[in-house]
Amino acid sequence: MAVTGIFLVLFLIAHMLGNLKVFAGDASFNHYAHWLREIGAPILPNVWFLWIMRVGLLVAVLGHIWAATVLALRARAARPVRYAHRKKVRGSYAARTMRWGGVIILLFVIYHILDLTTGTLNPVGDPSRPYANVVADFAPARWYVTLFYTLAIVALGFHLRHGVFSALRSLGQQTPRGEQRARAVALVFAVALCAGYLLVPFAVLTGLVS
Amino acid sequence: MNLTLRIWRQSGPQDKGRMVTYQVDDVSPDMSFLEMLDVLNERLILAGEEPIAFDHDCREGICGMCGLMINGDAHGPQRGTTACQLHMRQFKDGDTIDIEPWRARAFPVIKDLVVNRGAFDKIIAAGGYITAPTGSAPEAHSVPVAKANADAAFESAACIGCGACVAACPNGSGMLFTAAKVTQLGLLPQGQPERHTRVIGMVDAHDEAGFGGCTNAGECTVVCPKGIPLTTIGRLNRDYLAASSKRGDTPGT
Repeated sequence: MAVTGIFLVLFLIAHMLGNLKVFAGDASFNHYAHWLREIGAPILPNVWFLWIMRVGLLVAVLGHIWAATVLALRARAARPVRYAHRKKVRGSYAARTMRWGGVIILLFVIYHILDLTTGTLNPVGDPSRPYANVVADFAPARWYVTLFYTLAIVALGFHLRHGVFSALRSLGQQTPRGEQRARAVALVFAVALCAGYLLVPFAVLTGLVS
Repeated sequence: MNLTLRIWRQSGPQDKGRMVTYQVDDVSPDMSFLEMLDVLNERLILAGEEPIAFDHDCREGICGMCGLMINGDAHGPQRGTTACQLHMRQFKDGDTIDIEPWRARAFPVIKDLVVNRGAFDKIIAAGGYITAPTGSAPEAHSVPVAKANADAAFESAACIGCGACVAACPNGSGMLFTAAKVTQLGLLPQGQPERHTRVIGMVDAHDEAGFGGCTNAGECTVVCPKGIPLTTIGRLNRDYLAASSKRGDTPGT
């Protein structure tokens, strides 16, 4: 969980920073998006780097889901008779929603790829004009897209809040003061990442980016 | 106080079991929770019914025998307290209280509220010990231990093995118990020879016993009557990583 999660988190950071290029304007954002396809040239032929990344991410996502499924099945098997009276998990809301939150994020990722990578569900859907795709996507008339995007990002924030702390613990964080630091790092990171991702749709919604 | 109790009744390991409602009147707020059950049992015996089986021994919070899920809380609503040290003043007149046994595949119900916690013994047998010369106790200061390590080891040594961590864990994991033992022994010089085989052996025994995996949800430490901190699990993880990458003391490698 921790190792695949860390790889995915590194991707999330890079993806968020890339998204913020939208504030640099149409030409700059499109140039960045096209450059992504050419990373590694001339050593690597065109789009090879992108496909290596995609395969790497797919392996990480599948590994993450596999580990989560094993844990969930073990948890189910470990308590064959349920409690008649059961309190909600008090550790944290984030810890309680890890599994269903993960499913929501997976559904969102599938939609997100169909929307902004393949363009199938995008009103513009022109791969040569990613800036136009983004602006059309979060247009005020399509508020439900922005709403779904926001919910998914908030779910991701909760997932990361527990996930980052849990990954640090799995990799051997062991002192009480370190635990406070790890929890603080997880919270700050989750909030910062959420804010970074939500800036783009709300900038489009309010007309800052058009 | 007059209380309504809903208690899990199960005549034996094969019985399916069910929640049964009992009315208990004239309960003193100064009674302990187990004394209240004693009163109910006396009435059941006088009425010719089967008394409710529940585990208890020292009744002063140090033996680890008692363990009841009270209204969905392991050991009841008061933190840092075993069920035997819980008093009825924590409840109100007219309350309905649900009492269930620990629920885990590794802790099968023997009867009513009594579960078999032998799985913990298997974990201990797989590494929860040290090689020490038997005989008289050595001079206390002959092996120096850093104060911070002694304190952290002592904190973990407070574990009484009651199983509340397993009962409360959403994954049915016994990792806090295992980690408390690994931390206690791993922090002391006497625990070093088996440090790596211990953590591998105990975690393997834990998994074989049918406990779930830890997801750091943190429920265990909330209900732990001895307040074993969640950081012990980090110490276990670090030892496990070191042990599985080295395997220095595995024969033939």
